[in-house]
Formats: sequence, structure tokens, C-alpha cells
Amino acid sequence: MTATTQAPAAAAPPRLQALRRFARQFAARPTAMAGLLILTAVTVLALAAPLFIHPADLAVVNAPGQPIAPPSLRFPLGTDYAGRSILTLLIWGTRPSLAIGVIATGLTMILGSVIGLLAGHYGGMVSRVLMAVTDWFIALPALPLAIALAAVLGQGDVSITIAIAVTSWPGTARLIRAQTLAVEARPFIERARALGARDGQLVVRQVLPNVAPFILVSSTLTVAGAILSETTLAFLGLGNPIEVSWGSMINQALFQGAVTRGAWWYVLPPGIAILIVVLGFTLVGRAVENILNPRLPGQA
Amino acid sequence: MSSTSAPLSRQGLSALEAPSGAGASGARDFAHYLARKLAAAVVSFMMLLVVGFIIFSLMPSNPVEALTRGRPTSPKQLAFLTKQLGLNQPVWERFGHFVANTFQGHLGYSWQFETPVATLIAQRLWPTLLLMGSSTIVSILVGMWLGIHSGWRPGRLLDRVSTGAAITFWSVPTFWLGIILLVVFSVGFGPIPALFPAGGMSTPGTAGGLSPAHILDVGRHLVLPCLTLVLVVFAQYQMIMRSSMIDELGSPYLLTARAKGLRDVEVRQRHAVPNALLPTVTLIFLQVGTMISGAITVETVYSWPGLGYLTFQALQIPDLPLLEGTFIIFSASVIVFNLLADLAYRWLDPRVRRA
Repeated sequence: MTATTQAPAAAAPPRLQALRRFARQFAARPTAMAGLLILTAVTVLALAAPLFIHPADLAVVNAPGQPIAPPSLRFPLGTDYAGRSILTLLIWGTRPSLAIGVIATGLTMILGSVIGLLAGHYGGMVSRVLMAVTDWFIALPALPLAIALAAVLGQGDVSITIAIAVTSWPGTARLIRAQTLAVEARPFIERARALGARDGQLVVRQVLPNVAPFILVSSTLTVAGAILSETTLAFLGLGNPIEVSWGSMINQALFQGAVTRGAWWYVLPPGIAILIVVLGFTLVGRAVENILNPRLPGQA
Repeated sequence: MSSTSAPLSRQGLSALEAPSGAGASGARDFAHYLARKLAAAVVSFMMLLVVGFIIFSLMPSNPVEALTRGRPTSPKQLAFLTKQLGLNQPVWERFGHFVANTFQGHLGYSWQFETPVATLIAQRLWPTLLLMGSSTIVSILVGMWLGIHSGWRPGRLLDRVSTGAAITFWSVPTFWLGIILLVVFSVGFGPIPALFPAGGMSTPGTAGGLSPAHILDVGRHLVLPCLTLVLVVFAQYQMIMRSSMIDELGSPYLLTARAKGLRDVEVRQRHAVPNALLPTVTLIFLQVGTMISGAITVETVYSWPGLGYLTFQALQIPDLPLLEGTFIIFSASVIVFNLLADLAYRWLDPRVRRA
């Protein structure tokens, strides 16, 4: 990406104006609004879940229904291997997926932005070493690395989160470095330098605010990837063994005999849930990306 | 270029930028270029060993405990292990031993199978190669055909339908797609009978070898895992082929070809396709990372006895020496294929060769 595209204005009132213009453009895109609607609905559901789901509904012992029963009036999506309602599990499963996806993305953004800003600002040897490490991580297959990390750290949400962050920062670092280079080529940086701004000040006060929109875009798309990664790792059995998540539901469906009995009601819902949430983040991310950078190839 | 982070199982597109930049940067002759790329690959491999060493030898606070977790071990065994792992030696010496062992093919000893890791990997290599090779070939054929035709006439029905399908399969988790295919075609669903076996690589109890019956049996077992991988992977070939076809559409040489009076099919196949082919060819090598991630989950779903299923089996213990072995093999093969991608790119593109 080159320097000459978007120029978020520097002063406060124009910046507010830019934000309003951005909101208008966002609202004008049906796909963007659909994505936002999906994300709002899923977030509300995840936050409200403890209000109507009791821990007893999620317990494997004394489950209310028959194991692996097809959909009925009492259990609209059928039951799982222990006799729990799949609908309840599905709603509860939003929580770990969203939480891990968002936290892992936060870590990814911090790591990727720091490395990208440093490499872009300092250039020379620092940049070369940092980018060599970044490229190395990009080339490496991510799943085996994440599996290795998560296995060594032990089953659980924390190790999955760390594994995702460690394997997904390089894309962000590359993007942020490119944007930093673009911003630093602009005259106001030279002005700030002439006025005596030091490196730290320059990066934090001048470069970061101009790179921030790209961090935002990158994070929306990274959440989508992180949720897919989370379900993959949970499916492979690396998640918290007693927690209910979409990945672990699919794992149990496969290994507790539901699949060989043709229990489609057990397998379909978690996969569709993953698809919808990933789609929501992707739609919003792509829309923001297109608004900020109109020259990007792809849909209008 | 939009470098967004791909999820674990979807790589390749971001790496695609690498060879074009690297090729154009002007090495004088091929030997020079080869030496530079080889050196870079060796550095990558050394970095891989450092990372592998950090993860598997430094991160577990007590590797002996991690190795024997969930297994009854006598104090004598513990002492033997501590000595065998060289935990009483300084870190640098341990790393030196690790590097020396890896280069000699000693990847440790699996706890679960009580066999050397290298032997296990050698046993499981062939099924994985069969699965990855067959699905790569099918994906290339399907993806390129769709890409050529949808790129030649962008916006037509075929373009819209196939691009939509590609994007949908792209955003579905691989293992879930595999399970759905398993339910539909192997267990049987509604009017669809159970067409294919549910797992494994051959029917238990049948004779192995190269008899036609056995080959047919393996083929029947291969259909569903191969189909799953193809559905996930063909999209990349299609999208790359489509966009490079669209790039060629406005080229003057196509106008010349048309002016000569060539039919549309000839213009497409003889002139546009060969020029649009280049990015797709390098993609084949760069897809190895995606294929490996896909193989891990797909082999798990279908209990296909390859390296991916071996990784899954190792995870259940967790069998750390075995995990370390598969991690190094997977990553090393990606490094090798990236090197091959660089070489193929240079060999195929005369502009880069001359630069």
C-alpha cells in the first residue's frame, strides 16, 4: 500500500467529521449493517446467557433428557451424549468462543502493532531483524505451532489464547509496518521532527493515531480467524475439558458416537453458529477496510 | 495487498507476495540466487530448531514430569530420564545435543507407542502423502478450470456461483465440513445410502500389498477425506487463477491474437492461460502449510492413519517427543516447499530470470 490514500485529519473537529462520514458510509452498506446486526445479537446473547441458563442445565450428571435424542418440543435442537439440551449448550458456547477470540485478538494487536511500529519507525537493522522474524512466522504452518504451544502449556483457555496470539501476530505486524512507513513519509512528521519531537513522542502522538484505523480493521478480521482457530484447537481436545464450547461440542459429537448414529442435529448447530459469527466479523471488517481504503480491489 | 491474519488453518495467500519480491531483487546469476535462497532456508531451519527447543525443552518447567504425566514411573526411571534428557547439563550443551540428534534423524522416543519417533513418522508418511497429493491434484484441476472460466467472463452466472461457493467453503471449519460429509455419505442420511467407509485407510482384515482389490479399497476410503480437503483448498486456486485471468483480459497481445482471427477458445487457452498460470504454480508450493493444517483435522475426523492423525493421537497423552517430531517435520517441509516455490518462480518467469 502506498502513502497517498486516506488522510484522517489531524485536528479534533475534522476528525469528528471524518467519523460521521465513516458512520454514514458504513450504514449505506447492507452487508456491513448485516454483519453489525449479527455481532450485536450474538454479543447480547453471550452476555445475557447466565440470566436464563443455570449451571445445572450444563452439568453432565442428572441431565434432563435422553442421550442423543432428536429434536422435540422440549429440546428444540435435540440432546447431546449426556442428555443436555443442544440449544442451551449452543447459546452457552458463544461465551468462550467470543471471549477467547476477542482476548487473543487483543494480544495479537498489541504484539503486532508494537513490532510493526518499531520496524516501520526505526528502519535499518531493527527493521530487517524484526521483519525476518515476522516472515519466518508467516511461512511456518500455524496449526502445528499452535498445537505444540497449547500442548506444552496444558489444556485450557489460557494456553489456547496464547497459542492463537503467538501464531497470528505476524500479519498484523506486516500491515502496521507498511502503514507506519506510509504515514512517516508525510510532511507533518518532518514538521514534528523539526519542532524537536523525539522518537517515542513521534510514534505515540503522530504515527499511532494515524495507524489506529488500520489496527481496528485488522482486529475485526483477526477475531474471525481467532474464533476459527479456537474451535479447531478445542475440537482437537486442547480446550478446558469441562467447559462447553462449540469446538468441544463437535469433538464430543464425533467421539461419543453421535456421528456414527447419524445425529445431524448434534453436528449442524455448532458449525452453523461458527459460520455465522465468523461471517459477521468478516462482513464488518471488509466493509471498514473498503471504506478506509477505497482503492482496495474487491466489492464496492 | 491486504495482509490480514489468516486463521490457523488458512494460510498461503499472505505468503504469496514473498517470491515475487524476492525474485525481482536482482541476483546476478542462478548460482548466486540459489545460494542465497539455500542460505535463507538453512537459517529458517535453524530458527525452527531454536523455537522447537524453546517450546519442548525450556517451556515445560519440569520436562521429566511433563513427559511422564499420567504414567506410573519409578524414581529409577525418573533419574534415568533426567540423565537421558541431559537436564543436568547447561542449556547450550543441551541445545547442541538436540541439534546434533535432529540432524542424525534421532527425534526421541514416543511414550505412547514405545517406538522411536522417526520410525513412527516414516510409517505414517505415506498415507499423508497420498491424501495431500491426491487432494492437491484434484483441487488444482477443479480450481484452475473454474478460475479460468469465471475469470474469462467475470460477472457471469458461473463466476458468481463458483466465487460464492468458494468463499462459503473457505469460511467453514474444515473438521466440521468433514464431519458433515461423514454423516451424509458414510452413515447415510435420508435417501442417501452409506456410500463410503467411515474411517481408516483400508477395511480391517483385508490383505494389503498391491492387489487391485486393496487399491480399490484404499481408494474408497480416500474419497471422503480427499473431498473434504478439496472443498476447502480449491477456492485459493480458483481465486488466484480468476484474478490473474482478469489481469490478462485487457492485455494488447490478446487483441493481437483476436485480430489474427483466432477463435475465443484459442485466445483463452493458447495465449491468456499460459500467462495467467504463473501465480497459480507458485501457489501449489505455498499451499503446503494450509494442506498440513487441513490434514491434521481431516485425518482426525476420518482416523486416516497419517501424520495428522498421529499428531492428534500424540495430543491425547500428550506425548511430547512425538509432538515435537511431527512439529519439526511439518515445519521443515514447509521451509523446503517455500524454497521450491522460489526456485519454480524463477525458472518459470523469464523476467525474473533476467533481472
